[in-house]
Amino acid sequence: MIRTLLASAVFAGVAAGLVAALLQFAFVVPLLLEGELYESGARVHFVEDGTPQSERGAPSLGDEPGRHAMTLAFNIVTYTGFALILVALMALAERRGITVTPKQGIVWGLAGFVAVQLAPAIGLPPELPGTPAAEIGPRQAWWAATIFMTAAGIALIAFGQGVVAAIAGAALILAPHLVGAPHLDTYWGVAPPELSAEFATVSLGVAAAGWTLLGFLCAFFLNRFRDA
Amino acid sequence: MTTAIRGITRADSQLLGIAFALFAGLGLLFVSGLAQATVLHDAAHDQRHAMAFPCH
Repeated sequence: MIRTLLASAVFAGVAAGLVAALLQFAFVVPLLLEGELYESGARVHFVEDGTPQSERGAPSLGDEPGRHAMTLAFNIVTYTGFALILVALMALAERRGITVTPKQGIVWGLAGFVAVQLAPAIGLPPELPGTPAAEIGPRQAWWAATIFMTAAGIALIAFGQGVVAAIAGAALILAPHLVGAPHLDTYWGVAPPELSAEFATVSLGVAAAGWTLLGFLCAFFLNRFRDA
Repeated sequence: MTTAIRGITRADSQLLGIAFALFAGLGLLFVSGLAQATVLHDAAHDQRHAMAFPCH
């Protein structure tokens, strides 16, 4: 059992992490590097002759291969971490008689995306480097609590019995947003709003693709290794 | 009797495997997402931003 779970998670996590990293290099990292130009002051947006304007265009990815290798490596670590949790939950579901086919795995992956990326992003949108924000501790606490409550809420709606379970699930999903994420009292962003918006949506889109693939692969390898 | 015992042992080893996978996953995510040690933070920096982990 342990071997089936670990092997499935590692195969799925490494593959999905690789694909996610490639998508990030194509779509997310260039925006991140562009954001750093504003963080360092190499580009300035808001003060040129009283009107906000600045050039569009990202630095090349070729200058720092070591840095991008670390990004690739940590994507694999992160997605393997997600995969371990996903296969464990799938195995728990199967103990209760709920089968998970690879196609159903896609839905599991999308649910993971909603719980781990989309729900926390509502309170704490993906940030360009250099965006000042509230203290790290409370933000991490709100982020982690939101992920656990959203995941529990989705599980209640998906596997709970009756209307009460579904309503309780919805309440759990809503609660962290009623409390609200920690924020500063002022806006401090130095990068163009368009760039921040693009970064937020593109990184969520790439995460959605990564999670969808991860859910499919976790269920695929779990079924395959168990039958072997 | 033997079947029952075997059934219980199998269920236990299943749960053990599930628990182990859960904790291993959380451990990996702590390292890649939350740990604030400078070396880790710098290496994981771009990936944390890209995944919207609260970074610094």
